[in-house]
Amino acid sequence: MANGLKIADFGVHTVKGINLVASPGQCIGLTGPSGAGKTLLLRALADLDPHEGQMWLDNVAAETVPVHQWRRQVALLPAESAWWHDTVRPHFERIDNTWLTALGFGRQVLEWQVSRLSSGERQRLALLRMLMVKPRALLLDEPTANLDVDNAARVEHLLNSYRTAQQAVVIWVSHDLVQLRGNCSRIFTIQAGGLVDQEPPSHRDRET
Amino acid sequence: MMTIVALTPLDLVLASALIMILALLSWRMNLGLVRQLIVAALRTTVQLLLIGMVLKALFAHVHLGWMGVMATVMLLAAGREVMGRQKRKLTGWWGFGVGTLSMFISSFAITMLALNIVIAVKPWYTPQYAIPLLGMLLGNTMNGIAIGLDRLTATAWEQRMLIEGRLMLGRTWSQAIDAIRRESIRSGLIPIVNSMMAAGLVSLPGMMTGQILGGSPPMEAVKYQILIMFLIAGGTGLGTMAAVWLGSRRLFDERQRLRLDRLRK
Repeated sequence: MANGLKIADFGVHTVKGINLVASPGQCIGLTGPSGAGKTLLLRALADLDPHEGQMWLDNVAAETVPVHQWRRQVALLPAESAWWHDTVRPHFERIDNTWLTALGFGRQVLEWQVSRLSSGERQRLALLRMLMVKPRALLLDEPTANLDVDNAARVEHLLNSYRTAQQAVVIWVSHDLVQLRGNCSRIFTIQAGGLVDQEPPSHRDRET
Repeated sequence: MMTIVALTPLDLVLASALIMILALLSWRMNLGLVRQLIVAALRTTVQLLLIGMVLKALFAHVHLGWMGVMATVMLLAAGREVMGRQKRKLTGWWGFGVGTLSMFISSFAITMLALNIVIAVKPWYTPQYAIPLLGMLLGNTMNGIAIGLDRLTATAWEQRMLIEGRLMLGRTWSQAIDAIRRESIRSGLIPIVNSMMAAGLVSLPGMMTGQILGGSPPMEAVKYQILIMFLIAGGTGLGTMAAVWLGSRRLFDERQRLRLDRLRK
């Protein structure tokens, strides 16, 4: 059996009967109209919402793992990040300086007030906060939505190097098909019936 | 007991003249309170007369069974009151159950403790001691629990993103709601802490005043009041902690998902 993230007969709200296997180091793109259930699917994969069906990470079924450990391994980056301390630093268990630099920050960002961060800064710091947990699978909900071109490129670069170095699974939700084609080896459109393959098979696995 | 000046019905009629004056004034000033004022005054009279008769009967027939019935009625009434004060209460039986169970655990345990060990009356369910004690404990615990639970559910509702943000980073349900839980318990406890601070300086507590009016020596009344204050603080603290803990647990399911659908909208 394949390692990586596997889901079978998975369903949340209107999206039913999803079967998907994502092998280690693979990026899968998810697109579809607003309200199609992309965010709900990601939330269910992080086991934040009740759902039908089963999921496995590296052949271990979700329900056999304590749920907080599952969420550390299958980590969700929501479109809007949540912050609960006044400054940035206490939100981090530890910090990798090279990643901080890779995202275009200096160390002084850790002392900044969260309330004064721009939405783009929050988004990049939330990504870093999630990566510091060292997840095996990343669930990304529009990870570059608030970013300018330069910062979007930084984020894509960091994500791809993390994915290859850690052999992590990435599920990438975006409206931007060009971005998905540049980062993912397979792209699906989410519909009421389930997932529909976007790309012809010959294009698959080109980037991985 | 020293001299007690017994009140005659005429005395109460004289006092009720104050209500009449107030009603007249609020009618002239268009406060829209006349009806409520009169209803409230009537309810006070009727409810207290009824409880007086019940107490009289209970005192005459000291029996554990009757005490049990009385205590149950008091507990259920307090439970209903706690539920009524929630803006976003838990759905189903939980809305009533969490507060009532917590009140039951804390108030009953502490009343039993006081009756058996501190005051040590015989039999321990002597209504003259048991009912006022339980009443005061329930009344105060009820406040703490109502404030604590209301704060818990309202804050969880507002801070959904923060709680789930912590869950996403792999925190347990307990860690994810801990800050809210502590804040809720704190707000439930502040009133009793404040009233202990102010006791004797700003306010003469009602029970003590009543005992003094009833003819007890002031120092005896004071000692009872100190005892009651400690019991109330203990009961409110334990009850609020239990209720907030139970309530916070109910906000998450067996897979530690935040379930705000378990709150009434």
